[in-house]
Amino acid sequence: MVKVFIYPATSLILSDMVARFGHTPLSSATAVRERIQTAGLESPPLQITPEEPKKGLKWAAVEVPAGVRGRMSLYGPMIEECEAAIIINDADLAFGCMGCARTNELIKFLLHQKQIPKLELNYPKNEEDGVKFVAAIKRFLTSLGVSK
Amino acid sequence: MTGYTPAQVGTVTKYVVVESFDVTPADLALRAYEISQGVMIKETCFGIVINGKEEVVNRIISELRKLDPDHIFIKDRGFPPGDPRRCRANLGGARPGYNGMEHEMTIIPYISHGLAELNNRDDNSIPAPENPLDHKALDIYELKKLIDAQES
Repeated sequence: MVKVFIYPATSLILSDMVARFGHTPLSSATAVRERIQTAGLESPPLQITPEEPKKGLKWAAVEVPAGVRGRMSLYGPMIEECEAAIIINDADLAFGCMGCARTNELIKFLLHQKQIPKLELNYPKNEEDGVKFVAAIKRFLTSLGVSK
Repeated sequence: MTGYTPAQVGTVTKYVVVESFDVTPADLALRAYEISQGVMIKETCFGIVINGKEEVVNRIISELRKLDPDHIFIKDRGFPPGDPRRCRANLGGARPGYNGMEHEMTIIPYISHGLAELNNRDDNSIPAPENPLDHKALDIYELKKLIDAQES
């Protein structure tokens, strides 16, 4: 099983496809779960504590807003851990405030910098696109084989 | 600041989303209850949410997938079902994160069609989709057509 980073990290379709074809999706849910299930100081709703923006300094400079650095403390370790990535480029659902938008840009930048197999796609807009979309993902995930 | 003691430690939560003509969330929930062993199951409008030990949850979802493999989709969730930080019963309005799922629910029928087609076709015979990063140059004939349309 290969660890595949999915973008958008909350995508139901990508998460399902990666698991369906036998690999491990790295999504935001797993990072959030890790924090939710760790004892510490109460910091609802996501248990993002003041420590997280400090951890985010590994991926974003100190002048970058704390919102971006806090989010990067969730996604950064997963980007480092991933062995492949599937990126959807027209994901309107990943819109958000400047924190989310800039974090999304940084995630895509880091993924493009990383020398790993990547699949770039757009969401399908009709049934024929859907067939191509699923076939492309299946081919990509099959080509990954097993983890090193 | 107060201390935080997590609940449901060591468990996983998964959404099972169904978009099918034959299987309803109630059917899924019933089947899940039949084969559940100490897991928490919550029926929702789009499917069910299951919380429990990873190996038990994985066994249940692999059984549930068999009901309609091309129309059942599964993803992880960070929070357990009914968590007051996420549950809309406490917050009002749509659950945070539901909008993304709602958007993808409009695309899922195309994905289901693709999965069904792949059962009968070899995926290597299907052309690759357009690469969104490709720079699309304007075709010279298309340009001439535009010029002609402007001049006439």
